[in-house]
Amino acid sequence: MRPLDRVASRVCPIDAIDVDTDQILPSRFLKRIQRSGFGPFAFYAWRYDESGEPRPEFPMNRPEHRGARILVSGRNFGCGSSREHAPWALQDAGFDVLIAPSFADIFRANCANIGVLTIELDEGTAAQLFEQVGRDPAWELVADLRTQTLTGDGFDVDFQVDPHVRHRLLDGLDPIDLTERHEDDIAAFERGRPAWRPTIHSVPTRVEPTRRKLHP
Amino acid sequence: MGRTIVEKIWADHVVHRGDSGEPDLLYVDLHLVHEVSSPQAFDGLRSAGRPVRRPDLTLATMDHNVPTDPLMVRGEVPHDDPASVEQIEALRRNCRDFGVPLFPMGSLNQGIVHVIGPELGLSQPGMVIVCGDSHTSTHGALGALAFGIGTSEVEHVLATQTLPQRPPRTMAVEIVGTRAAGTTAKDLILRILNVIGVDGGRDHVVEYRGQAIGDLSMEERMTVCNMTIEGGARAGVIAPDETTFAYLEGRPYAPVGEAWQAALSQWRQLASDPDATFARTVQIDASSVAPYVTWGTTPAQSVPITAVVPDPANAPDEMTADQWRRALEYQGLRPGMAMTDVHVDKVFIGSCTNARLTDLRAAAEVIRGRRLAEGVTALVVPGSGSVKRAAEAEGLHRIFEEAGFQWREPGCSMCLGMNPDVVQPGERCASTSNRNFEGRQGPRSRTHLVSPAMAAAAAIHGRFVDVRDDVEA
Repeated sequence: MRPLDRVASRVCPIDAIDVDTDQILPSRFLKRIQRSGFGPFAFYAWRYDESGEPRPEFPMNRPEHRGARILVSGRNFGCGSSREHAPWALQDAGFDVLIAPSFADIFRANCANIGVLTIELDEGTAAQLFEQVGRDPAWELVADLRTQTLTGDGFDVDFQVDPHVRHRLLDGLDPIDLTERHEDDIAAFERGRPAWRPTIHSVPTRVEPTRRKLHP
Repeated sequence: MGRTIVEKIWADHVVHRGDSGEPDLLYVDLHLVHEVSSPQAFDGLRSAGRPVRRPDLTLATMDHNVPTDPLMVRGEVPHDDPASVEQIEALRRNCRDFGVPLFPMGSLNQGIVHVIGPELGLSQPGMVIVCGDSHTSTHGALGALAFGIGTSEVEHVLATQTLPQRPPRTMAVEIVGTRAAGTTAKDLILRILNVIGVDGGRDHVVEYRGQAIGDLSMEERMTVCNMTIEGGARAGVIAPDETTFAYLEGRPYAPVGEAWQAALSQWRQLASDPDATFARTVQIDASSVAPYVTWGTTPAQSVPITAVVPDPANAPDEMTADQWRRALEYQGLRPGMAMTDVHVDKVFIGSCTNARLTDLRAAAEVIRGRRLAEGVTALVVPGSGSVKRAAEAEGLHRIFEEAGFQWREPGCSMCLGMNPDVVQPGERCASTSNRNFEGRQGPRSRTHLVSPAMAAAAAIHGRFVDVRDDVEA
């Protein structure tokens, strides 16, 4: 994972609440078996019309928001499907920092796992950001994970972030490497698991006749 | 101090207690895998040279992008989407390379991942169950802590059989009173979502409690827990009871003999203690539940079938009013319109929410001896091969086919618009699935979430009707 500490850029505003991951990346684009290349499909239905032409009014298509690495949206951003393809798509489209009053649980975890910083601000402060960007689309914001601050001309706020996530993002640490340090604990736990917990040693080729009916 | 069921399961699964700001490391008893959220995880293992730690606690199936047309499943008509074929082949290859058990397309036990886990008896009380799919919350119906994860976490579980997690808070949703006649578990969960909203459960696990929950059958409990994620909670759980044990006993992977007794004595300890404390409690009166229909583009935007489409002027705040206006425009509805005046083009009975045998029975009951309305296309997609065979043994497929419904092979089908079963642009669908997001069933599709009985009645009339009034003369 690429380390992330400070991002300075323009801000792309997505002024909606409960933005679900089907909007961020529609399901028909989930068929790629690679991690990369989802950026062109981010917000596809909002970004392009039925003939595939960019909708000029959508923020990602507006020249003044091009190159933005920070996205701000309304509460409960990333709700719905657990598809990690959604944060992959945003990251691939250039966004390293997402700001909203709240994020859906699974989405937030997915972002942390791929090196995208999610910042929660209270509704009032988020509204100020929207106003600021509305007044001056070229306005620059600096998100600093080390100092946990968001600063821009006329804007200066602190933000909270899970200390473990902060540590992992700053150092670009792989969670699997971290867990593997606990190999002895995992092995000890496995020795103590109840023997009656199910294991799948063989796949029954036909389950119905061997036991009581499956559908009483 | 008393503990909740979630706190008990958590304590039983902590491999390493997080110190100095780290999360706990939690052991995973069962990892379900499907074709869409796993290929990048297996590639990650490959490039790091890691094996799957516990293939015997991992089960894969194909459900999201598989076709459900019987001719296509049997290969008599080619599956002409190369990307889907590649994804299906990738799962086959990955399972072979890493020794993971797989129920492939066309095999007897293939089905929607959240239908086959419980029906095989693999999902059991007190377990931690994960899957790269948000509707993993379904398995909480059996008293398991079950939640959806992303692909990086899928890779993490494949590699280590654990996940770093912070303990969630528990929110009690207590259903008081008894459910009104003619209403279903789907109506109950739509009502719950309507009350708590799409983010009411965020950062929590929901424990469903109360008499009306205890009265639910196992399959009804699965419908309720399935849609918990639509309220923002990653997991929903119902304490195991005699209904749970009776459901599990004798299933292929349920313990037998002494092991069954040992399991049972542990499972009986799982329910939340009487003095357990919840971070939050919401009470809902079961008698307030009517057959619900969603009108908007979130699962919480619903009304009883007897109501009208709401007016954004009555929204609680300006952001919500904007959201309602956008939803009405997308859905092609006007405030004040009666829900019973809303016509449908398609009907979909299926998905991990409502594709089990009792769901198909409820739908069949409504349509027995009747015909689809003119111009309506309707699909019935059993949740698994096993559900399909059981339904056919009862003759349900004939009831559907005689009414003009298409009887399909198992899969996620029209729930999510990533296989051949899609709703066309501008078409309106009565769907027993779980999400009515913009474009969920295909670009510009319009979705209304309902119970199987309500979907069946809509298919017969070509518009939404109150299934309680829909009695054949």
